[in-house]
Amino acid sequence: MNPLKKAARWLNDRSGFTEMLKPLLDHPVPPGSKWAYVFGSATLFCFVLQVATGVGLALLYQPSSQEAFQSLQYITYKASLGKTLRGIHYFGASGMIVMVGLHMLRTYITAAYKYPREMSWISGVVLLLLTVGMGFTGQLLRWDDNGVWSAVVAAEQMGRIPLIGKSLARLLLGGDTLGGQSLSRFFSYHVFLIPALLFVFTGFHLWLVMRNGISEPPKAGQLVDPRTYRQWYKNMLRNSGVPFWPYAAWRDALFGSLIIMAIVVLAVVFGPPALTKPPDPSNVITTPQPDWYLLWIYALFALMPAKIESYVMFFGPLLLFFLLFALPFVSNKGERSPIKRPWAIVGSCFVVIVVVSLLFVGKNANWSPNFNAKALTKVSIPATDSLALSGSVLFQQKACLYCHSINNEGGKVGPDLTHVANRLSEEQITIRIANGAKNMPAYGSSLSNDELKKLVAFLKTRN
Amino acid sequence: MNEQTNLDRRKFLVRLTLLAGAVPAVLVSVPIFSALLGPLLQRQKQAWRRVASLSDIAVGETKLIQYVNADPLPWAGVTAKAAAWLRRETEDRFVAFSTHCSHLGCPVRWEDKAQLFLCPCHGGVYYKDGSVAAGPPPKPLTKIDVRINKNDVEIRTAPVPITTITQ
Ligand code: FES
Repeated sequence: MNPLKKAARWLNDRSGFTEMLKPLLDHPVPPGSKWAYVFGSATLFCFVLQVATGVGLALLYQPSSQEAFQSLQYITYKASLGKTLRGIHYFGASGMIVMVGLHMLRTYITAAYKYPREMSWISGVVLLLLTVGMGFTGQLLRWDDNGVWSAVVAAEQMGRIPLIGKSLARLLLGGDTLGGQSLSRFFSYHVFLIPALLFVFTGFHLWLVMRNGISEPPKAGQLVDPRTYRQWYKNMLRNSGVPFWPYAAWRDALFGSLIIMAIVVLAVVFGPPALTKPPDPSNVITTPQPDWYLLWIYALFALMPAKIESYVMFFGPLLLFFLLFALPFVSNKGERSPIKRPWAIVGSCFVVIVVVSLLFVGKNANWSPNFNAKALTKVSIPATDSLALSGSVLFQQKACLYCHSINNEGGKVGPDLTHVANRLSEEQITIRIANGAKNMPAYGSSLSNDELKKLVAFLKTRN
Repeated sequence: MNEQTNLDRRKFLVRLTLLAGAVPAVLVSVPIFSALLGPLLQRQKQAWRRVASLSDIAVGETKLIQYVNADPLPWAGVTAKAAAWLRRETEDRFVAFSTHCSHLGCPVRWEDKAQLFLCPCHGGVYYKDGSVAAGPPPKPLTKIDVRINKNDVEIRTAPVPITTITQ
């Protein structure tokens, strides 16, 4: 016998690898479980990618409030291929979030959470939470001004939890303020605590797949009955099941490999998110924005009426998780086919549309003053009208331009004033400036009469 | 051995084993949780910091002042810094505002010509006295203690203000 084979045989005999892996590979899966079933394994591949690239990054990263930013600059600009490594870790995180989302949608639409797979759904919800937790803490570890201010914003949100809010906020920051104690905590969560939980729950999630089998593709009219389902499933597998390896595994492998390659390509082409300014909490000239996967929440809080947001910040997530956890208990039998469950489809579409549109409005952040609007260049005022001319200068100086646009220059918070003179009379304009409005400061006390006249004269030319 | 003593022995051994595991687990957990909950167990003492001379800031002026927070750790680096907006109202009256927006804590900036504080995150606006002028902030900018000490202006370090559900 050739020595290689001999060695393999010895190894297998003393270690029992085949014994261990064979049931995993041979376990039968329902026929027809095709491309819809690849998102879960793709999530797992992304997770493995994150662990591997994370270890790579940890070789170069300094987890201290003082040095983290410098070490990130080192990784990005000096370390060989450091930039690519950061890019892969970033797009890997994005990929993991997208795959988790798709996996969850697929599970919901095909009602795969019904008997006997309730626990798969519940552990999946926990895994979703942990994944978002990784995304959030990971963004902080970039430890530039965005990271620092994200920590503050998160602490503020925790602060809205009744009674224990303030304590939780302190725990998150590691004290009264940001400082030497903050980053080490986030590092510990991101690198040890949450990954450990992810391993545990992923293991459990996979064990459940082995124990209960993957759900068969739903057929309209084929109802789940907890009294007979397990027996029926067993018979179905015996009659028409196919071994997982390689008849189902090839799709998982192929799709996973495409995803990983896409992540690498994105990382090389676009690179990691740019580092902004150093993590100096006393630097106030900064515009914090979360990474894209949390951008929709940021948008939500900007658009929500301020009166209710404290309650939404607290009860919203609570209600959401309650609903998610409750789902398999509310309906765990009966129809699984999406064709017979139109509301599941409507609901899923609704959630997807809401989140995607919030992402878009979050990206534009039209509710934020446009601090880059420095001077009006595209307005022409008759040079003879000196009042209007100085008014146009005031329009910028008094920060009107940060929130209002004229000829597409300026901010989008307030109404566009390009043609304001067509809508409002001189008197109405004056009153509005002096008294303000629901979402506009009253300028009455900070403008002299003279300045007010000039501003109005300028706005009167806008017709 | 009869059936009953055998059962008793089994019960005893189960309990003993569980206890043998639980006692060290609890013992070891105490310092771990103390590290985790440290920020709650140790209160930081706030300190007065000199931030300007009287002559640095004119009446009616609002300025960003930067200082070191209450209890900086040796490895805090720039994160030990904190800031506030200091405003001289009259010859001998100063007010200081936290730089944190009362909405979700983003850094508000002072626009001197417009005499407004603007928040970059969700468009909150405050007047020069810290009261809300527009946008989502639920309450005015948080005030920070200021005092005049001979020719110096001093302010007291303060925690990041956290808005609670009832505010
Ligand atoms: S944090 Fe200032 S408006 Fe939201």
